[in-house]
Parts: sequence; C-alpha cells; structure tokens
Amino acid sequence: MAKSYVSATINGESSEFLCETQQTLLDVLRDVVGLTGSKEGCASGDCGACSVIMDGRLVCSCLVLGVEAEGTSITTIEGIATGEKLHPVQQKFLEHAALQCGFCTPGLIVATKALLDENPNPTETEARYWLAGNLCRCTGYDKVIRAVMDAAAELRGETVG
Amino acid sequence: MNYIDSSLKVVGTRPIRPDGVDKVTGRAVFAADTRASGMLWGKMLRSPHAHARIVSIDTTKAEALKGVFGVVTAADFPDIPSEEAFVGEGPMNFRDLALNCMARTKVLYEGHALAAVAASTQAIADEALALIDVKYEILPHVIDVEAAMAPNAPILHDDMFTSGVDPKPTKPSNIAKVVTFRKGDVEAGFKDADVIVEGTYTTQPVHQAYIEPHACLATYSPDGQVQIHSSSQGHFMVRAYTAKLLGMNMSNIRVNPAEIGGGFGGKTLVYLEPIAVALSKKSGRTVKMQMTREDVFKASGPTSGAWMEVKIGAKKDGTIVAAKQVLKYQAGAFAGSPIGPGCMCGFAMYDLPNVDVVGYDVVSNRPKVAAYRAPGAPITSFAVESLMDELAIKLGIDALTLREKNAAKNGTKTHYGPTHQNIGFTAVLAAVKSHPHWKSPVKPGQGRGLATGFWFNIGGESTAQVHVNEDGSVTAATGSPDIGGSRASIGMMVAEVLGVPATSVRTIVADTASIGFTHVTGGSRVTFATGMAATQAAEKIVEDLKKRAAQTWDIPVEAVEWKDGKAYPAGSNAGAFEPLDLATLALKAARTGGPLIAEVSINAQGAGPGFGAHICDVTVDKETGHVTIERYTAVQDVGKAIHPSYVEGQIQGGAAQGIGWALNEEYIYNAKGQMENAGFLDYRVPVASDVPMIEAVLVEVPNPRHPFGARGVGEVPIVPPMAAIANAIRSATGLRMPDLPMSPPKVRAAFDAQA
Repeated sequence: MAKSYVSATINGESSEFLCETQQTLLDVLRDVVGLTGSKEGCASGDCGACSVIMDGRLVCSCLVLGVEAEGTSITTIEGIATGEKLHPVQQKFLEHAALQCGFCTPGLIVATKALLDENPNPTETEARYWLAGNLCRCTGYDKVIRAVMDAAAELRGETVG
Repeated sequence: MNYIDSSLKVVGTRPIRPDGVDKVTGRAVFAADTRASGMLWGKMLRSPHAHARIVSIDTTKAEALKGVFGVVTAADFPDIPSEEAFVGEGPMNFRDLALNCMARTKVLYEGHALAAVAASTQAIADEALALIDVKYEILPHVIDVEAAMAPNAPILHDDMFTSGVDPKPTKPSNIAKVVTFRKGDVEAGFKDADVIVEGTYTTQPVHQAYIEPHACLATYSPDGQVQIHSSSQGHFMVRAYTAKLLGMNMSNIRVNPAEIGGGFGGKTLVYLEPIAVALSKKSGRTVKMQMTREDVFKASGPTSGAWMEVKIGAKKDGTIVAAKQVLKYQAGAFAGSPIGPGCMCGFAMYDLPNVDVVGYDVVSNRPKVAAYRAPGAPITSFAVESLMDELAIKLGIDALTLREKNAAKNGTKTHYGPTHQNIGFTAVLAAVKSHPHWKSPVKPGQGRGLATGFWFNIGGESTAQVHVNEDGSVTAATGSPDIGGSRASIGMMVAEVLGVPATSVRTIVADTASIGFTHVTGGSRVTFATGMAATQAAEKIVEDLKKRAAQTWDIPVEAVEWKDGKAYPAGSNAGAFEPLDLATLALKAARTGGPLIAEVSINAQGAGPGFGAHICDVTVDKETGHVTIERYTAVQDVGKAIHPSYVEGQIQGGAAQGIGWALNEEYIYNAKGQMENAGFLDYRVPVASDVPMIEAVLVEVPNPRHPFGARGVGEVPIVPPMAAIANAIRSATGLRMPDLPMSPPKVRAAFDAQA
C-alpha cells in the first residue's frame, strides 16, 4: 500500500514522515517519528495516555490519523520542557509526588498544559473535569490535582505556601 | 542495626524521586517503547468462545502469507507436567500457567490464547491471524460461581477432584479445593450470643486496570541465549516462568526490567514472554508483543468475584462471641483464587473466641484470576465489615466503639493460627476517633460509613548492592522493579545509613544477570525486604569505610566513628585527625583495598502486618441512584513512612481503586460467555471528577523487625473502601447494598424496592 507523505511541526521543529493511511498519529509518533513519550493505554480514546496538543487543541493521538497531521503543529510530552528547564507543570508533578508508575504522566502533563493555556485559573472542580479523560490508576488523583493547582498558581505568578 | 529511635535526616523527608525527571519528560522507557533492528510484531490468536474443544488448528495459510516469519501453537511448547510453582505472588501451577499462555486441547474462556504469529507489520500479523483455521467443538460454559458449583455444571477440567474434603471425591468438579479454619466452638458461641446478625454478599471480578498493557520484546539467539525486555512485577519471575514453560536453563535467559506502568498484582505472572521467545526462535528475529486493552481485560487479571455468607453473634455490650463465614471465590479458568487469604483476612482485625470459616476455590469460564492488591482481603472484608455495621445498628452501639471493643491487639491469637505481634490496630482506631472527619457532624442529606481492613504484608528474598563510585557518589542497585517510588525509598535508606543527602544516591533496578535473586514486587514487600537488604549493604560499606579510615590513620577500627558522611576519630584518645569524607575515601580506594562495594542477599522475615480504617461520607441521588463520595479519610498504620508522599500516594491510590470496585467496576457477560465491556469506556475506573481529595493519615507504630520500622503499605488501603462506602450508603438512605458494584441501576432498584 502506498504511503502518504506528511509534513507537520512537531515540538516546534518541522518534521516530515511517510505513513500508512490507517496509521494513527500515536503510531506515527511512536513507531515512525520515534517519540515514545506518548503512550498507548487503550487505543480507543478512553485513557488519555496518548494526549498531545494539536493546533492548540488537546486530542488523543490514538483517535487522529497520521495523515491528518498534515500542516498542523503538534506538541507532545517531549516538547513540554524547554531544553533542560522543566515546565512548571512537570516540576510541580515531581514536587507533589503526583506520579507513581509514571505511565499516564505524559498524558496528564500534556492535558494539564492544555488546560492552563486555556484557563490559567481553574477551580479544583474544573481541573478534575478537564482531566477526567486522563485515567490514572495509581494516585487516586489527589496529588495530581494538587500539582495542577500549584502549577497554575505559579504560572499566574502567585506564591503558594 | 536499628534506627527506630534515632534522629533521622533523610528518612521521613520528601525528596524528588530519582526516576522522576524521566517520567515527567516522556524519557522513561516502558516495555512497549523498546524496539530492535529487524524486529517483528507478534500477535496472539484468541478464542471467541467461552468453552470449546480444539478439534484442529491449521496454520498453513497463515505461514504462507508474505511477511509472516513464524506461527506457533501449543505443539511448539513442551507439554509440562503439573508442578506447584512459588514464583509469583501466591502459589501457581506451572502446567496451568503453560495452558493459560497457550491452550492445548480446550479453550476455557473468551480471549484464551491458542496460536501466535510473528510478522513484519502489525497489519500483516492481523491478516495472518485471520488465516488460521481453527475447528472448535463448542461446549456448554459456566460463568458464575454458584452455577459452577452446581451438580450438573459443565466441567472445565476432567482431572480436577476437589481437594480438602474427606473422603476423596470420585467425580471431577469445578471446586478445586475447600479450605477451613476453626477456632473455639462456634456453635456454642452462637448459643451464648444475645444478638445474631447474618448476611449474604456478592462481589464482582474487577480488573487491576493498570494503564500500561502487558508488553515485551524477546530475542532468541542461535546459541540458545535469550534476552527479554518486559514490563513486570519481577524480572526473576519472568525468567523462572519462561524457562519452565520453554524447557530452558535460567542461565540462558536474561530479563531486563523495563519501567512498569502499573501492576497492582496483575503483573506477577507471564502471558506474553514465553510466546515471544518461541516466535523469536522460530523466526530468527526479535519479536515484540503487546496486548490491546481488550486483551488485557479478556485474558489477564482480574481478581475473583465471590458469593459470601457471614454470621456474627455478640453480647449486648458488643463483645463478639461467635463469627462464621462461607466464601465461594471464582478462580477463573484455573484453580488458584485468593481463597486462603480471603478466609484469613475477614476476621483478622478482631479478637474472637469462636470462629468458623469455610472457603471454596471454584473454576469457571472466565480469565484466570491474578493477584490484585491484598488478594482476597477486600472481598471478604466487604462482607464482614458490612455485617459489623449491621451489628452496630442492631446493638445501638457506635460503629467505632464496636470495633474498639473487639479490636485485635498484641497477643491476639488469630483464627488461622498466628498470634498478632507488634500491630497497630488500636492506634489506628484511636486516630480515627480523634480525627476531625470522624468528630465532625454528618452533613444533612449525607451518610457516613466506617470500615477497617487487614493485610499480612510479606518479606522474602531480596538482593541489594551499594557501590561507592570513584568520586564518592553512590549507586544502589536492587532486583525489585519500581512500581511506585521504591527507588526513592531505597535510596533514602542507603543515604541515611551513609550520612549523605538523598540526591547523592542513585538507585537503579538491575537485570537478572546483574544482581542476585529478588522475589517479585508484590505483597507490599519492597520497601520492607529490599529496603532491609539495601540498609544492610550500606552498613557493610560504612564498616568498610571505617576500616579504611583506621588504616589511613593507623588507629584501631574501633576508634573510628562514621557520622554525617565522614569518618571521625571516636573521641580524643583516638588521636587528632581531619575527618575523611566519602569522596576522599573513594579516591583512595585503590590504595586501601580496592573498590568500595557491598552486596547483601536476604530472606527477610518479620514483615509487620498492616491495619487501616477508612471514613467515608456520601450523598445518594434518589432519582439516578448515583453515589457521590463527598469526603474520604484513610487512616493506616504504616510502621514508618520512609518517603511520606509516596506512602500517602499508595493509600490514596488504593482507596480510589476501592471506590471503583465499590461503585462501578464489573465484568459484564452475554449469554455466550463473552465479555461485553472490555474497554475503559464501559469498564468504568474512577476518573478525576469521580473522587474527592483523599486524606491519608499515617499512623506510625514501628515494626521492630525493620531497621527503620517500616511496614508494607500498598495493599491495606484497598481493603476497607467497599464496606466503608456501603455503610455510608446505609447511613444516608437506610439501604443495605449487599451486592457490588453499588452502581446507579442497583441503587435505584434498591430505592424502588424500599418504596
């Protein structure tokens, strides 16, 4: 089967790849581009472990076809930090011990970044509903939500005790 | 050494975990993230039928497909005899595991593997699976535990005769075994009781539902050497099972532990690794296999569902005089439900004179159960703690007071044999009593429930190495996969002993060829047992460092003391020398005896049992039957929290899993015995908006058998939630919900029946 040529911006860099028409963006990221930070937990859009930001919109990359990436700008977990400097969301996840196994963590961090890009001052309830598409089986979400709220405060420039 | 009463600098603090940055940046390598050149994709053919005889399997068309490099069936594996295995968490039979990995004559559940292919792409592998021609003779199936015990039930195994009954049965049965535990004279106890309560309860199988599906990468070399990368709760376990199922020597198999994306007990056995190795052998290429989410639900885990009957008799003042329980646990397609722990844990929180417990281990046409966090205990405790609530109501005694009155203490002899020692249950109950949640009035329209739980925790075999590198930095290596922060806790214990900051110690998980045998990450054993081995290795390093300082100063080793990461002369009589720090001693290592390393292998004994008590406030929507958890507090004796954040995380995560078990999670089967909700959309695990903040209260009654007083903490927190929530629903509505899950349709139906 002929492959399609796709050109997209991934984590700020222009990227070109060939993909089969049925390949999902998640498969392309992991198996073609070599970015394995996005995880497959379900391949049906239910767990959020493959969350990426596509043209400013949070999506499950397992529900997007690779060919649909043509001309888009995509941010994956690998593009959240700036060089050696962690994004405040990443730093707060570490400080709050908001991860145990760490498998859902990339998706949660990408989803949190997308939340705070859109709503810098979410309530706890808004954060919980926004992240309801990201399953975490280890933490019970307590420390995740604390990390999200703390990261939001830091990004707003507030000092939190 | 024992540090329980010492002032500690590292243990008890909350440093950032050593593997943290990798996990927040996407760099951490889980099993499915691994690739190899020339790699093939392995895929499994799974039975669409719940129960069928395999008449024939024709793989010729699949083998002929371009891009297919190997097809295997049971014929490619040794037909191994029945043999008890003590490799994972709880007993297992090697033959059962072999047949579970690859069906030989019968398929026993929908999803049961019976062939596998290796192909150059996933699409070709799928195509090849469709070309395998299997002729099945469909057999009657049985799903539910009571139906499987009925005299005319379809029999899964012609060679299964119920053990534990006298006389030995002459006909095969789905009841694999019957276990009984007795203490005192239960019938006399009931005669003596002023009040008797009874209840029948059921629970549904629930899946561990780790977000990472099982995955592995295997390479078989022509010289017989095998490399496996896989995600598991024990790479030594993977090696042992793979060797046995393939008839290979362990020394020819090297298993590299990938990061593990959750397990909760469900990754203490193998499904893919022996198959991937067989496919690699056949194809001469590296083979990668990963389960789909549907495979995970249909062919791995879950834990048992159960039918249970409980009866408790008490005096008017609340003193329990008799307790009786009948437990029927589903094992799935092969024997081995956690019926033993189920029989032991239900009443383990209480000091009871007369107890009678009978348990049945029952097979049916469901996936073989796997360990799930305190295997067996949450099920039995849902029944017992629900009935304890009824007893409190009937006696007009507060739920906490009833438990205080009967609480197990040091010296309490359990109904299953051992006597409780160094336990903290009364301290847990005292912490409940003084907690603001318990003391606060129940809000209007809400209900409050309390339930308690017990888990043994285990020790076992662990190996740890501590290396002081040439610059004085420290590497700690263990054989325990890190499932939720154990690299942090182990590194902290090593740092404490060495007197250096936590950040000076890098903890890694070493592969099967690089470190001594280490039992699985399970039974809440790693911080206890592997932590003990690492502590002892660090102590050996300190002894060695003292010796080298003594040699440098030419004074007796007894005249050297180790403090804050430096060797000091112990007092003025020892002489006046500048202290020698780790970096200086490391630099001189070549001249003072060579590399500074220590390895300790132990079989750790004395894992202190854990007790917990959960308080839960709920509201119940009468229109929809939906239950909202308004407030949740989990109190637990953790011995000593090495890294309190990760201890709290274990408790919060366990409680959330229990909330899912209580309210939503279940396997739904159609009339053909096929699972109808094998995905996260329909198998509903809790999401962030389903739960409130979960307050974890750490009670620290030190375990004297651990150098820092630690107890296992990971399993206890899943034991109390189901009953705590059921009791809260009872308090809010007057409805006793004896059947899990307490999902909206069931709660709504209970309201209708109440009206």
